[in-house]
Amino acid sequence: MAFPLFIWIKLKDDNVENSLESIVEKAEKELADAQSLSVVEEIRVSYLGKKGVFTRQMKTLGGLSPEQRPVVGATINHAKQQFQSLLEQRKAQLETELLSKRLTDETIDVTLPGRGQSVGGVHPVTRTMRRIEQIFNRIGFDVAMGPEVEDDFHNFEALNIPAHHPARAMHDTFYFDEHTLLRTHTSPVQIRVMENQQPPLKVIAPGRVYRCDSDITHTPMFHQVEGFVVDKNINFADLKGVISEFLKAFFEKDVSVRFRPSYFPFTEPSAEVDIECVMCEGKGCRVCGHTGWLEVLGCGMIHPEVFRHINIDSDEFTGFAFGMGVERLTMLRYKINDLRLFFENDLKFLRQFN
Amino acid sequence: MLVNEAWLKEFVDYAIPTERLTEKLTMAGLEVDSVNAAAAEFSGVLVGEVLSVEPHPNADKLRLCKVSIGEPDALDIVCGASNVRIGLRIPVATIGAVLPGDFKIKPSKLRGEPSNGMLCSEEELGLAESADGLMELPLDAPVGVDIREYLQLDDTIIEVDLTPNRADCLSIEGVAREISCFTDQPFKPVTPNAIKVTTEDVKKVVVEAPDDCPRYVGRVIKGLDRSAATPIWMQEKLRRCGQRSLGPLVDVTNYVLLELGQPLHAFDLHKISGDIVVRRARSGESLVLLNDQAIELDENVLVIADQKNALAFAGVMGGESSAVNDDTTDIFLECAFFTPTSIAGKSRKFGLHTDSSHRFERGVDPELCYRALDRATELLLDMAGGHAGSVTDTTSTDTMPVNNQVRFRFERVQRVLGIELEHSTVKSYFTSLGMQVDTSADEWLVTAPSYRFDIAIEADLIEEVARLYGYDNLPQNSLNVSGSLSAIEETIQPLDRVKDLLVDLGYQEAITYSFTDEAALKKLTPNDELYRLQNPISSDLAVMRTTLWAGLLKAMDANIKRNEETVRFFETGLKFTVQDGKLVQEQMLSLLLTGQAQPEQWGEASREVDFYDLKHDVEAILSVNNMLDDYQFEPASHDALHPGQTARLVNKKGEDVGYIGLLHPALEGEFDIKKPVYLAELKQSLIQSRDIPEFEAITKYPSVRRDLALIVDEKFPVNKLVSYIDTTYALVNEVIVFDIYQGKGVESGRKSVALGLILQDKSKTLVEQDIEEIIADLLENIKNQFDAQLRE
Repeated sequence: MAFPLFIWIKLKDDNVENSLESIVEKAEKELADAQSLSVVEEIRVSYLGKKGVFTRQMKTLGGLSPEQRPVVGATINHAKQQFQSLLEQRKAQLETELLSKRLTDETIDVTLPGRGQSVGGVHPVTRTMRRIEQIFNRIGFDVAMGPEVEDDFHNFEALNIPAHHPARAMHDTFYFDEHTLLRTHTSPVQIRVMENQQPPLKVIAPGRVYRCDSDITHTPMFHQVEGFVVDKNINFADLKGVISEFLKAFFEKDVSVRFRPSYFPFTEPSAEVDIECVMCEGKGCRVCGHTGWLEVLGCGMIHPEVFRHINIDSDEFTGFAFGMGVERLTMLRYKINDLRLFFENDLKFLRQFN
Repeated sequence: MLVNEAWLKEFVDYAIPTERLTEKLTMAGLEVDSVNAAAAEFSGVLVGEVLSVEPHPNADKLRLCKVSIGEPDALDIVCGASNVRIGLRIPVATIGAVLPGDFKIKPSKLRGEPSNGMLCSEEELGLAESADGLMELPLDAPVGVDIREYLQLDDTIIEVDLTPNRADCLSIEGVAREISCFTDQPFKPVTPNAIKVTTEDVKKVVVEAPDDCPRYVGRVIKGLDRSAATPIWMQEKLRRCGQRSLGPLVDVTNYVLLELGQPLHAFDLHKISGDIVVRRARSGESLVLLNDQAIELDENVLVIADQKNALAFAGVMGGESSAVNDDTTDIFLECAFFTPTSIAGKSRKFGLHTDSSHRFERGVDPELCYRALDRATELLLDMAGGHAGSVTDTTSTDTMPVNNQVRFRFERVQRVLGIELEHSTVKSYFTSLGMQVDTSADEWLVTAPSYRFDIAIEADLIEEVARLYGYDNLPQNSLNVSGSLSAIEETIQPLDRVKDLLVDLGYQEAITYSFTDEAALKKLTPNDELYRLQNPISSDLAVMRTTLWAGLLKAMDANIKRNEETVRFFETGLKFTVQDGKLVQEQMLSLLLTGQAQPEQWGEASREVDFYDLKHDVEAILSVNNMLDDYQFEPASHDALHPGQTARLVNKKGEDVGYIGLLHPALEGEFDIKKPVYLAELKQSLIQSRDIPEFEAITKYPSVRRDLALIVDEKFPVNKLVSYIDTTYALVNEVIVFDIYQGKGVESGRKSVALGLILQDKSKTLVEQDIEEIIADLLENIKNQFDAQLRE
C-alpha cells in the first residue's frame, strides 16, 4: 500500500487544492492537444479509468480523518467534474469538426445524371385502348376478345351482311378461302359473346382488324373497339348518353357531339357520330375538311336480324352497339398527323408516348 | 354522287341557302362530302359571234378576228385557236374581264396588231381540265349575253356520300324528293309527254330468266339524225354531275340515269340478229365489252343476247359488237329492271364497276322503267328527230317485287327511341316519305313506295321516324347501370401488369403487322406450315406470322438504320400456326433485345447485352406472379436460335411455355443484322397464371449462410446442381449462385461455381453440428451424382 500512502503524504502537505488545480490544467492542455476522438478517449482513461489520476486520488480518502474526508472528497469531485466538462467540450468540438470534414469530403455533384436502366413505354394504341377500357369499366363494361382469323358467319352473315351485300364492298376483306377471312371489324365479338351469354350484357371488345387497303389514310391492319349493351329497356337515348359521355371523358373536354343518320347492316336505326374538330375547335381546318366536324365512330340500335341469328328475342330485349377506330382517336388526342407512323415502330415516335 | 343545285331546283323549289341545305342533307343521312362552285370565279365574259377572220401579217398561227358582242362596233381580237371561223359563237372575255386565276384582260398588241379581248376555251373559263380549242357555243346563243347567265354557271355542285341502303337517292330526282321531305316544299317529278308511235317496227323480247329480270321494256327508234349534237344545257348538266359529253345517244342514256336513277342501254338495231333474249350466259361463252375488255362468261352471269350471241353484260356494260356509234341512226333502247341479286358481286368479280351496276346492285325502283324510257325517247327525239316504235313490255308478275308492307307497333317508337310522339306526327312522317299508312288496327300497316325497297322491317320505320324527328332532337340519358359485381380472376395476372413490368425494364412496345413475308418466316420457323392470304396487299404482307419475331426483327432493323444503338422491344398478339390441319391462333408475348445493357452513363462501364440480360427480364415476368420456382429453363434447340444459347421454358406441368435465345448467327446475314440479337417468345396463357398466396407463419429461428465453391465440368448446367440441392434438402431455403470462375487455380475443362446456401429450420435454431452434417451429406451426394468437388 505504498502508493496511496504517497498521495496521502502529498495531500498532507496541505497542498491538495493546488495539486488538483495543476492536474486539471494539465488535462486541459492535453485535451486541447488531442486531435482525434481516440486520443480524447485515452486521456479520459488516464484520468477516470480504474488506474486513472482521479480514481487514485479518491482512493487516498480512506486514509484521512473523518473530518478531512468530506472536504478533500469534495475538492477532488469538483476537480473531476471540471475535467469531465472539459472532456465533453473537447469531444463535442472534435465531433463537430469531424462531421464537418466528412460533410465536405462527401460532397458530390448532384447535377450529374442518375444511373440505371431507362424506362420504356407502351405503344400509343395501347395507351388509348387502356383509356377506353378504363372509361367503360367504370360503368361496368366487361372486356371480351375474339379470333382475328374469322369465319364468314361471324364477320358477315350473323351481322346481317349476306353474300354480295353492297356493304361487303366497303369492307375490302382479306380472304384465306371462301369462308375464312381476317375480321374486318371487331363486331364479330358481339356475336361470339351473345352466342355464349344471355343478357343483360355490357361488353367492349378491343382488337386488331384488317382491311385490304393501303394508302396515306389507310393501313391494312388497324385497331377497333367494339362495344354493346343488351338489356330489356335499352333505347337510343341511352346510346346517345353513353357515346356523348364517353367522348367527353376521352377528350377530357366538353366537346360538341353530333349524331347523324347513317347505315350499318347490323344496326337500325344507325348513326355516325361527329365531334367538334379538336384541332380547330369547330372553326374549320384541313383535318376536318373545313366542316368543323370530325367523324369518330359509328353506332346504332342492334338490328333485329342480328338478334335472330343468335336466338335473342328482339321483342323482349333491345340493345345498342358502337365501334370506334383506335388510331383515329389516338391521332386526335395526341395530334398525330400520319397514320402510317403507328406501324413503323420508330423509337423516336414511340418514345413520345412514354 | 354529284348533284347540282340548279338541277335539283327543277324538282323542288326550296328557298334555303346552300350551307343550310348541305347541313340538312347530312343530318338526314345523305352525308355531304364537299361543296364546289359549278364554275370558277370569272367576270366580263359575253357571248360573241365571229364576223371575220383574216391572217395575221406577222404570225402564221395567229388570226385577226372581228367579233361582235352585240354592240355597234365589232371588237378586233387576235386569236390563235385553230377552230376559229366565221359565224362561230364563242365566249369573249372583254376588256376589264377577270378570268379564273385573277387573269385580267387589258387592251394589248400581239405582234403589232391590236387585240381588245380574248376568245376563250373551256379550260380558260375553268369549265374543263383541258381543251383543244375555243369553246363552241350553239348558233342560237344570244350574242352579248353574259356567259355566266347563259350557261347558268352560278350553280353549286354538292358531293353526297350515299350509304348503300339509300339507292333511292342515286339520282337528282331522288335527292330532290328527299329535300322536299325536310323543306316542306312540293316535289315535282319528271313527267314526260306521251310518245307518239310513228314506226311499226318492234323488237321481240324473250326473257328466259324472269327471276333475274322481272321486267324488260324497250322500243325501237329509227331515223335519228347522225349530225345532231347534244345541246349545251345537257352537256353542262352532265359536266356538273361528273360526266363527259359523248354524243347524243350516250348522253341521253347518261342523262336519264342521272336524272331518274334508271340505267338504260341503246343497241344499234342493225347489229341485233333476230329477237332479244335475256338469259344466263352459257359456260364458255365470251363477250367483248364496250371498253374492249374481253370476258369469259359463266352460268352466273345474266346477259342480253340476240339469237346468236351475248350482246351485253346485263345491268353492267354493253358489248362492243352491238354498240352505237356516230353512224347509228336506228336503235333499240332498253330499259329493264334487273334484281340486285342478279347483279351483286358480278361486276366486282370482273373488276368492273359502272354507274349502271352500282345502281342495279343496290336496287332500282322497279316501277321506273316506263317513265324513264319515255323520258329518254322524248329527249332523243327532241335532239335528233327520228321515229319511235311502240313499247315492248315483258313483265313477269310472278317475280316482280311488290311494295313492302311493314307491321308497325306504335309503342316501339317510345321503346326504341325514348320519345313520346303523337300518332298524327308519326303518320305524317310516313306519308311525307310517300308511304301509305293503314292505322285502322292497333298494329299499323305501312306500305313503302316502290323506290323505298330498303324499308323492310319495323326497325326501318323507326329509323325514318328518328330521321325526320332529327337525331339531334332525340333525348339523351345517362346509362342506368344495373347489374351485379363480378369476380376478378386472381389466378390470372393481367397482361397489362406484364406490359408495365417490361416498360419499367426499359422495353418499348411495338405493334407490327400480323402478316409478313414468307421468306422471313421460312427462315425463322422452317417447319411451320404457313397460312396464306388469298388476296394479300403485297407479297411481303402475304402470310400470317408464325412468330412475332419476324415483325420485331424488321422493326429493329429499321431503327438501327436510323442510328439507334440499343433496341428493346416487346409485342403481344396472335401467332398463327397450323396444327393437325387446323389453324391455331395463340396469344404470344415476344421480346427482342440488342445493344447495350444499360444506357450510356458515367460511372458504369458499358457492356453489350447477353443471354442473361434477357433471361433476367423473362424471370422478372415469372417473378411478378411469384412463380419463378415453378419454371425451368432447359437447354434446347430452335431453328431461329444459336444452338449453344437457347433455352426452352417449361412449367411445372411440363408444358412448353416458350423459347429464349440468341438469334442464330446464320440468320444474321438474312436480316442484315450486325450484332447479337436476343429473342424470347412466350405463350401468354402460360405466363399469366398464378397461385393465390396462402399465408405461412413466419419462423422466429435464425437462418444461417454457408458458402461453397464447387468444381464441376465446364459444360455442366449449374441449375441442375441448384435445383438438386433445393429439392433434396428441406432445410436449405435458398441457393444463390454468386460466382462462376474458370482460370488459374481451376483445372482446364472445369469451372468453379460459388454457391451461397441459406439454411433454416422452422422449428429450432440450427446448431453447428446440424449444419456440418447437412453440408457433409450434400458434398458426398453431389460428388457422386455430378462429380462436383469442393474447391480446395
